[in-house]
Parts: sequence; structure tokens; C-alpha cells
Amino acid sequence: MIRLLLLYILTVTAGAARAAIHLVKAGESIQAAINKAQPGDLIKVYPGTFREKGIQINKPLVLMGVDYPVLDGEKKYEILTITADHVVVQGFELIRSGYSSMNELAAIRIKEAAYVGIRNNRLNENFFGIYCQHARYAFIANNRIVSNGSSELEAGNGIHAWKSDHLVIQQNNITGHRDGIYFEFVTESTIAHNTSHKNIRYGLHFMFSHQDIYTNNTFSENGAGVAVMYSRQVTMYHNRFIDNWGSAAYGILLKEISDSKAAFNEFSRNTAAIYMEGSSRLNIYANRFNQNGYGIRIQASCDNNNISKNNFIANSFDIATNGSLVLNSFDGNYWDKYEGYDLNKDGIGDVPYRPLSLFALIVERNNSSMMLFRSPMVGLLERAEKIMPGITPEQLKDNKPQMKPLPL
Amino acid sequence: MIIATNVQKKFGRLVALDRISLSCNKGQTIALIGPNGSGKTTFIKCLLGMVLPDSGFITINQQNIHQNWQYRQQIGYMPQISRFPDNMRIEQVLDMVRDIRYQPGQQLDEELIEAFELKRQFGKRMRTLSGGTRQKVSACLAFLFNPAILILDEPTAGLDPVASEVLKNKIATEKAKGKLTLITSHVLSDLDDLVSEIIYLQDGKLRFHESVSRLQEKTGEAKLNKVMARIMLQKTAQS
Amino acid sequence: MRNRIILAYTILLALVTISLFALEDNPAKAIMSLLNIGILIVPLVSSIFCTIYLYNSAEFIELLVAQPIRRSRLLWGVYLGMITALLIALLAGIGLPLLLLHPAATSLNLFFISCSLTIVFASLATLSAVLTRDKAKGIGLCLLLWFYFTFIFDGLVLLVLFQFADYPLDTAMIGMSMLNPIDMARIGMLLQLDISAMMGLTGALFQDFFGTGTGFFLIVLVMIVWMAFPILLAVRRFNHKDL
Repeated sequence: MIRLLLLYILTVTAGAARAAIHLVKAGESIQAAINKAQPGDLIKVYPGTFREKGIQINKPLVLMGVDYPVLDGEKKYEILTITADHVVVQGFELIRSGYSSMNELAAIRIKEAAYVGIRNNRLNENFFGIYCQHARYAFIANNRIVSNGSSELEAGNGIHAWKSDHLVIQQNNITGHRDGIYFEFVTESTIAHNTSHKNIRYGLHFMFSHQDIYTNNTFSENGAGVAVMYSRQVTMYHNRFIDNWGSAAYGILLKEISDSKAAFNEFSRNTAAIYMEGSSRLNIYANRFNQNGYGIRIQASCDNNNISKNNFIANSFDIATNGSLVLNSFDGNYWDKYEGYDLNKDGIGDVPYRPLSLFALIVERNNSSMMLFRSPMVGLLERAEKIMPGITPEQLKDNKPQMKPLPL
Repeated sequence: MIIATNVQKKFGRLVALDRISLSCNKGQTIALIGPNGSGKTTFIKCLLGMVLPDSGFITINQQNIHQNWQYRQQIGYMPQISRFPDNMRIEQVLDMVRDIRYQPGQQLDEELIEAFELKRQFGKRMRTLSGGTRQKVSACLAFLFNPAILILDEPTAGLDPVASEVLKNKIATEKAKGKLTLITSHVLSDLDDLVSEIIYLQDGKLRFHESVSRLQEKTGEAKLNKVMARIMLQKTAQS
Repeated sequence: MRNRIILAYTILLALVTISLFALEDNPAKAIMSLLNIGILIVPLVSSIFCTIYLYNSAEFIELLVAQPIRRSRLLWGVYLGMITALLIALLAGIGLPLLLLHPAATSLNLFFISCSLTIVFASLATLSAVLTRDKAKGIGLCLLLWFYFTFIFDGLVLLVLFQFADYPLDTAMIGMSMLNPIDMARIGMLLQLDISAMMGLTGALFQDFFGTGTGFFLIVLVMIVWMAFPILLAVRRFNHKDL
């Protein structure tokens, strides 16, 4: 799909060679050039600062910045609005889009258009960055999107997509926005190789968006990590979820997700690497959980999930749950806290491992007792519970714990 | 030199020292005598500031010793039992104490170290030493800094006859230099020819403090243990 | 090395540290086990070593008291000597092996925690030796303190937590843990190892305490009080003690 789009953009640019080239220098008007241009023309904009009160692109065009001309929204206007198919915008610095609590003003808006490419732009201090509204087949790549909003109200989302499909969002770097990437009713899209960090709320926020893929992204130090909610058939591969801390921060929050896969991801130093609620038929495998507060917090409302072949290393708690009914399987993982033995040397421990510790349950019930974590006294209690499980659910166990970390 | 005024010390109910008042002077050699538990050691410890009297006070060279530590420059002390850290060598112990109390320009008195031939054993660790050798080290420490006052608690106990003789000669020499020496000993015969005064304590009370010559006069005996035996008899007869 | 016990202690620590890292390919797990050594064994050895040392050198201390030297200076000297020996043992037994095998911030923290607990328990041991004349009683008192701070205290805390589960206890918990140097040391380590789990707790106070430098600063402060208070009390008591 990505290749198709690239090919497509190349054809458009190639077509521009035959088409007219319009040059816009500092002090001239970009809008005037657009108005003058024929569909398929190339508009080259030379360095300078352009304060035009909202530029409308309503015909297929290539708008190309040379050495990053600045488009300034003066905190009042939406900078670029694209309403035509086959538009490419590249090489601009877009700053200071308008802020409004009524309208979601953005630096670039794609409105009911298809085959739009937004590439190699720098976006600074905008309310919303790139806003896709009924966009189809958009290609958004290599943009650097920075905001320094301090609260959720002041900042919009970096890349916001609503009721769109077949989007490709890749190699963007987003920081300081409310949500790094926001998806609502977006289907069959790909999010790949992006870095979304230090956003105020979520690095990636995902709702009612089915059949999407996101791979090789890095989400770090976001206020609340990544949220994937009310969606089906989501594929999450090779992502990194790092340093998402806080009482409501998650590596990924999975809420009402079904029939999805999370594999080959790395979760490091998150408060909760995965928090699952009302999710079913998820396949969570071959992930690395390192130094998280909680590896997986799985609520009792989850069923038929398969958690296997993951490495759990140096997490404070590997598993936490609030119920006693166990409807999920945990077989074949590596748990660094496992103390069993392997007499037949097949690499699989001979006694099952119970990843839910007594103390995790105690803390669940009484938060303050976290102060006693790793106390020798608590160690004695845990040992007693391991020998004679009385409080932790009997069925929550890994029947085939790995003796050695899996090579991931 | 030493003046004790109404020194009282109780350990719980036990009255260890009951209003002791006495004075000791330069050039005297005083035997502190009394049965076990009579308060001898407690009195010595009071002098050394190891035990703090409940009431009364002690002055040494006109200095009140309460909450004072410099006055101990003038005292050499040899305890009844000497124990040192096991791993220290004799030389290290001597050096250590020297570090604590040596004052620039002070003349060190190493006569006893020579006399006991301790230098040959300097490298030995304290845990390997016999009780007698440890006492020798202790004696050397007491005399090392040329103190004006010597307090020796059972100095000859545990010493072999030769060493005992060496020590007595040393005490006599120091006496001749005009030092004040306080000795407690059970073996009275050891103190003959050495002692000029006797302080007798019993049940924490000072029974008498007199010069040996007067006691000899009174009792008509020459030997110290005879003198004491006579006095004991007189006292029991009186009561 | 002045003392055979210290030498044995050093070797024991070094063996444990090295073998933990040799047997365990996961350094985080080894650090975890070493933390147990740090908060269980180190205070225990520190207590026992100091009380025994003080009682064994009682006569020598008496001899030195009779010398022209301040009593407080004497006790400080003995105390500093003991902790120096113990700290050297820690440095050689835990510090150096950690530096070679796992040079990380957690290792450094663990080492400092062991050191501060050594000093705290040396202080407590000195205090109990000064307070009781009888050797058996003194060692007993010291062991009791260790047992209390290691197990009983935390048990009581857990009991309180569940008895008063309906009340907001965050402040009280932080206050309570300050009454136990081992808890303080342990929490200092948690702030590093389990900070991410800590941040998941509800309660604004926890966030403030753990999320900022305040917690760390407070722990250092409280540990200094725990080191200083018993030894100051011991010196005070020793100044007026009959020997």
C-alpha cells in the first residue's frame, strides 16, 4: 500500500514536469498562486514568512517549499485547508495555527479529500497539527510536529484522523501535543516508524478503528501511554512502549479490544505495560516486558486471551488482576521470578509458575501497603502462599514456564 | 595532693563509699587495704573519674576532678586485670597510649620496659600473651609518662617473683623521687618496706588512715601483716 | 584487616555477591537477592560485631578511660574504628564486586544503603552496649532490635493498614516507615527499582513523595538522624556512666 502511494506521488510530481511551475517569493501571496494555477501545477515557494489568513487548496497541486518557508497562522487561523484530491504539501514550516475552543483549528487540514501527501514539513506551536477529516488514502510522512502546550485543553492532537480510511502515517516525530496520534473511526490504516513522545495525554489514541496496523513505532514518556479502545482486528507489532509513568499511565491500555494481536513489542519502565479491560481473543506473544511496575494488569472482564512466549524480566509485578475467575491462558512465558527446576532438560520448568503474587493482591486492595514491598516479612508471607495457595486464584498459572529467556 | 571530701557512692542500695574524707600527700606510698567489697576499687575508680561520686568531691592538686579529664595527665594507673585488644601487638598498644597522652617535651620513662625486657616481645600479639606479661605491659604503661601519682590495683598479682621484685624496686625508686603511690594489695608481705601509710576501708567506710611507723609503735609489730592482724584483733575486741 | 571476623565477613559478602552474579544471568534478579543481604544480613552482622567488640574490649576501654582523654572522644574513636572496619568489609565484599560485575545506579544505591544500615546498626549496638553492663543482655537487646526492625515492625504496619483500611493512610505510612531505618533503606531502593509501580498508586501524596526528589531527600535526612541519634545518646550516657 505504501509503495502504491509513493508511486502515485511520484507520478503526480512527474506530471508536474509537464505542468506549469509557479514561483512564490517572500512578500507574494501563495493563495494567489493557487488561484492562478491549473490542476496538476507545481507551486514552488521560496524562503520567507507568509502570513495569509488561511490558505485553501481546492485543486490538485503540488505545493513545495524550498528551504522551509514559514507559514504563520498568527494564532488566529487555520493555515492550510486541503479540499481537493491529489494534493502534495512538502517542505514547509507551519507555525502558530489558531486556537479555538469551538473549532479544532489545525496547521493542515485534509477535508474530504483522497490521495493527499503531507511530507517533510515542520510543524511548531500549532493547536492541531495535521487533521484528517473524511480523508482517504492520505500519506503523511517525515513530519516533525512539536507543540509546547501545557494542558490538555491548550493543546490539540499532533495527527488527528477522524472517519478516514487507508491512511499511511509514517516516520513522523510528534511531541508536546495532547495526543500524539489520534484515530477515531479510522479503518485499514497503517501507522509505522513514528516516534511519539512527551505528549500530554496519549502517544497514540485509538478508538472505534478497526483493521489497523501499527508497527515499529516508539511511544515514550507520554502522560498516559497508548490507548487502544473499542476496536477490532488491530495488529500491533514491533512497537516500543517506554517510560510511561503515572497512576493512569499505561504502555498500552486495551479496552474493549477483540481479535487483535500484540507481538514483538518492547515494554520498558511503564507503570503498567499492558492494562486490559473487557478484551477478548487477543493474542499477546513474543513481547518483552522489562522493568515495568506491572507487566500485565488483566481485569476480570477479559476472556479468551492468550498470553504466551513473552519475557517478563525485572518487573515489580508480572501480573495483577482484580478477580478470581481465570479465563485467559498464560502458558509458555519466561518469568524471571520463576524458581522451579527442569529435570528432563527440555527447557520447560517441571512445576507450574504462578505469576500473580500475593503481595500484588494485597496492594490491589490496599494501595498504601506498597510501602512494605520487598520487606523480609512480606517475603515470608509470599513464600507461605507459594507453598500453599490460599488467596491467589488457583488457575492463574503458567503450566509451561520457560527456564531461559526467549530469544526476542 | 589528693583530697577527698565526703565522697559518697551508692550502687542501688549498696553503699560502696560512705562519706570518705582523706588526704594524701607527695612522697607518700599508701596501701589501700580492706576486705573484699570494702570499696577499695570503687575509691580508686573515683580518683580516676571512672566512677562518678553521688556527692562529695575530690581534688587532685587543687583541681576538682569532676567533669575534668586533663588532671589524669598526672596519674599512672595499673588495673587489677589487664586485657587488650587481641590483635594488637605490644608495641602498638604502647604507641596507641603514647598517641593519646604524650605531650611534647615530656620525658618518657622506659625503665620498666627495659627491666622487664619487653622489647624482645614487642611484636607479639596480645592474645598470645600470658596474664603475667599483660600485667607487665600494664605496669609499663602506668610508669611510662612519669606521672606524679601512681595508682596500682593489685600490682603484683599474677607477676612472677622476679618481675614482682622489679616492680617493687621501681615503686621504691619513684617514691624516692617524691611521687605519691596508692597501692591496693591482698598480699601484705609484698608491701613491707615500701609503704609509708595505710588506709583501711571496710563496708565503704574509712576505718583509719595512719602512718606505718605509728601503727608499728601502737602494736609493737614490725611486719605489716602482723600489724594488721593485731589491729583486726583489737577492733573485734572493741566491738 | 584487623580482625578475623571482619575478614570472614568480607569473604562471605564477596562470595555471595560474585556467585549471585555468576549463577544469575539476569542482573536485576541478582540485585534483588543482594538487597535481601543488604537489609537482613548486613544490619545483623553490624549489630553483633559491634556489641561483641565493645564487650570484649571493655577492660581496655576502662584502661583508656583512666588516661587523660575525654570519654566522648574515646567512645567516638572506638565507634569510628568499628564502622570503618565494617565499611571496608562492605566496600571489598559488595562495593568492588558490584563495580566490576554490574556498574549501575542500582548497584551504587544498594551499596550506599548497606553502608548506611551498617552505620545505623553500629550506633544502635553501641547504645545497647553502653546501656547494659551484662554482655548477654547487651547482645540480646541488640538482636531484639534487629528482629524488631526486620520483621515485627513490618508485621505491625501491615496489621494497622488492614485494620484502618478505610482511612487515608498515606501520610501515616510515610511517617511510620521513618520509625524504621530498615524500611527507610528499603524504600530508598524501591524508589529506584519499583518507581514505575509506585507511580501507579492512587493518592496524591504518594505521587509527590515518590515522583519528586523530596522522597529521596527525606530518606537521606531520616537515615542521618538514625545514624546520629543512637550514637549521640550512647556518648551522652557513656559520659556519665560508672565503669
